Amino acid sequence: MHLILFIVFAGFCLAGAINLLIQSHPINSALSLIVVMTSLAVLYLLLGAEFLAAAQVIVYAGAIMVLFTFVVMLLNAGREDRTLGSRAARMVGFPAVVVILGVMSTVILKAQSLGVASLSDGITSTEELSEVLFTKLLLPFEVTSVLILIAILGAVALAHNDGEEPGEGTRSK
Amino acid sequence: MSPFFSQEVPLSWYLLLSAALFSLGVAGFLIKRNLITVFMSIELMLNGVNLSFVTFAHQWHAVKGQIFVFFVMMVAAAEAAVGLAIIIAVFRARATLAVDRIDLMKL
Amino acid sequence: MNGYLHLWLIPLLPFAGFLINGILGRRLPKWIVTTVALMAPLGSFLLVLLNALLAFTPKEFRYWNGPGPLPLMLSTIPWVETFGNWINTGILHVNFSFVLDQLSLVMLLVITGVGFLIHIYSVGYMSNDEGYARYFSYLNLFLFFMTVLVLAGNALLMFVGWEGVGLASYLLIGFYFEKKSAADAGKKAFIVNRIGDFGFLIGMFLLVSNFGTLTFSEIATKLGQDPGWNGGVVTVIALCLMLGAAGKSAQLPLYIWLPDAMEGPTPVSALIHAATMVTAGVYMVARTHVLFDHSPFALGVVAIVGAATAIFAATIALVQNDIKRVLAYSTISQLGYMFLACGVAAYSAAIFHLVTHAFFKALLFLAAGSVIHGMGGEQDLRKMGGLWKKLPVTFAVTTVGVLAIAGIYPFAGFFSKDAILYAVFLQETNGKILYSVGLLTALLTSFYMFRLWYLAFMGESRSPEVHPHESPWSMRGPLVILALLSICGGWIGIECFGAFLAPSVGSRFAEAGGWHIQIPYLPFAISLEFMLSVAAVLVALEGGLLADKFYRRKPSRPAQWAAALPTSYKLLVNKYFVDEVYGAIVVKPLLGISKFFLEWVVDVGILGGVAWLLAGIATFAGAILQRWQSGNIRSYAAWLAAGAAVVLMFILIPWTTFWPASMALIWKAVRH
Repeated sequence: MHLILFIVFAGFCLAGAINLLIQSHPINSALSLIVVMTSLAVLYLLLGAEFLAAAQVIVYAGAIMVLFTFVVMLLNAGREDRTLGSRAARMVGFPAVVVILGVMSTVILKAQSLGVASLSDGITSTEELSEVLFTKLLLPFEVTSVLILIAILGAVALAHNDGEEPGEGTRSK
Repeated sequence: MSPFFSQEVPLSWYLLLSAALFSLGVAGFLIKRNLITVFMSIELMLNGVNLSFVTFAHQWHAVKGQIFVFFVMMVAAAEAAVGLAIIIAVFRARATLAVDRIDLMKL
Repeated sequence: MNGYLHLWLIPLLPFAGFLINGILGRRLPKWIVTTVALMAPLGSFLLVLLNALLAFTPKEFRYWNGPGPLPLMLSTIPWVETFGNWINTGILHVNFSFVLDQLSLVMLLVITGVGFLIHIYSVGYMSNDEGYARYFSYLNLFLFFMTVLVLAGNALLMFVGWEGVGLASYLLIGFYFEKKSAADAGKKAFIVNRIGDFGFLIGMFLLVSNFGTLTFSEIATKLGQDPGWNGGVVTVIALCLMLGAAGKSAQLPLYIWLPDAMEGPTPVSALIHAATMVTAGVYMVARTHVLFDHSPFALGVVAIVGAATAIFAATIALVQNDIKRVLAYSTISQLGYMFLACGVAAYSAAIFHLVTHAFFKALLFLAAGSVIHGMGGEQDLRKMGGLWKKLPVTFAVTTVGVLAIAGIYPFAGFFSKDAILYAVFLQETNGKILYSVGLLTALLTSFYMFRLWYLAFMGESRSPEVHPHESPWSMRGPLVILALLSICGGWIGIECFGAFLAPSVGSRFAEAGGWHIQIPYLPFAISLEFMLSVAAVLVALEGGLLADKFYRRKPSRPAQWAAALPTSYKLLVNKYFVDEVYGAIVVKPLLGISKFFLEWVVDVGILGGVAWLLAGIATFAGAILQRWQSGNIRSYAAWLAAGAAVVLMFILIPWTTFWPASMALIWKAVRH
């Protein structure tokens, strides 16, 4: 069971990720990313992180991606068209990606101490998580909430519209 | 069920998946032309890293890994909000979302 | 009474005056500047007098009647005050120490006394000048350095004073710095002085390496203890010191700066270039006389240089037309006399002449200043004349000064010049030749001084449009005082003076054969001296008569003689073309080398090249790196990813096993 579930949902992840790269319209990319997020939530469940799975769906797929979709629609982003690209990106970037993937894979495959994921004894209850979160790490927790508040304020300030239309900012004053 | 289906999944597969997601995120960051899509690739990278954290938390039976993921999620949320607000502001100034066209500080 | 003599105050008061007038002088009202400037030398002079009374009042003066030093009160003469260590290495120990003995006391009296009188004179002379405060601050600075020079107990501290008076001289010669000739004269003085200082420095180095000390008393002790010091190294040291003295005291061949130094204000010429600074060389030779005593060769060189300078300068002074130039060459000539005296080891005679020369030469310069002031700035003798009516006081004091310098009895110059000529005559080697040179110079001296007197004061005025007026009393007062000193300054007599100075400069003069204050005779010595003095006075009178013949009775005669001997006249008027010769041999090649080598090779080539290279590197590197900052986000992202990949590689792949092996593989692959 574990294996089948893993293969299916890992496949969904990879498919979503590759689709994100292939698609030219940003809304398609956003939807693919939602697929990746929810598949990852299932994988978290397989690894025993119940709370995180829920949080992944609620926060990531349910809020952040919705925000992305809103912005795509707000800005009326269209299909990408061909541009010059960057020589540096092609010459330096892709080898970098290959190197990153290669190095990490090599290290992972060579590692001796990894075991197997077991469904039975790897479950972390929410109670455990919250016990640490609300006693030892209470301060970071509260600071995080302040952080989100600041982010909201910042976002409001940055995106505040003084009545301008898009593109008005480029007209020389 | 046949024994195939009751096999356990080695943790290295999870980690390989995480590495693949991360690399795909970097590749997307380099390939994509739309600013919002570039930002989405960043989120993809973050998710790949989250998966690796949860994997190791499972291996060591440590709650700390999951707590770290929790905080990463929170910060990613804040970052997404602010980043998208910036993208909106940039769009208002340049009327374009093409990464290659936004290369001058002067209007 | 071994009292505390406060020697440190003597230089300090002028230094304080220098600071106050130099820093605040422009903003202070003139009377404050004057007061500060006059209080400093007056204070120093009173201190010196006090020290003289405390330390040098002889006991039982009335009962002293023989050769030998006067018994003095302060039992610890020379009085040494040390203010702490200066240099303290293994080889060399130098302190800040002031030494007061008879020689420095005499010098201090002259410096502060005549200095004070000249300060008073300057109040009147410079009263309308814009740089009033600056002038007095420089003058006080000069006094500070000069007192340090004479009080110094070791050669290094003396060198400090030596350089300092050179600096003050430069500042004062170039006082009217907007005039190019004045600025050039200041530079010339300083540079020629430096050439002499090179000799002084070499002398000091040799002293350190041979004696291990620079303190004069220790050098004297060491020379006295070891009879092996004779000739050789001592000669070299003495000659090097003589070179320094020649630079400072304007002897051949380094005298060229003194005539040009007349560009400075006249009181400056009086103080620095007549009475005090130029005598520093003589003082230095007297102070280090132990070295010269042990080296007859050096003494001979000193005597020859002195005599040559004396007659050389006297011949030039015969035909100069600027009143100050005549006096400048006269100073050089009289300094030659002093060095001649040092050259026969009659140091007390040299110092005696130094003192009397200070009196009458300062008097003559100040009187010349009075004449120039009265004539509205005119300095050419050919345009003066008939001033005896218009400037009576100046005329009277100038007459006194001229009589003194000519050496007529009973004025001051007679006694000192006579003492010198007597000592020279008694010298075994070359004594008679040097004596005849000295006598001839006395004739020339008398001639050109009377020439100046006639041209400036007697006869009818040659520029009737100028209406000269007498100077204010601030200028006339010092003139009168100096005239009185010129009259009676020599009456102390060389015997008493020499006895006073004997502990500090040696008493060779006393060995020359008995001399007494009272009348009774030792027939040979007294009559020789008497005969020589009679000869000197006759020569001086003859000079006066010749001047009378040329300039009063038949005023066209000088022009006839000049026309009759055109080449000699041209040679003398142009000062033997020495300046031009120096210019061609030394100055022009230096300028040429500097221009070619330093300007083109070093400045343009090396320095410019280095600057160009550095700028080029920066620009080039910047041009390359500029392309990296393109603004293209994707390129930035690519480089970020590459950096991350590199970091990952280095973290994840173990160092000890993988990297050396792979590096070796790559190296082998590259080499084949």
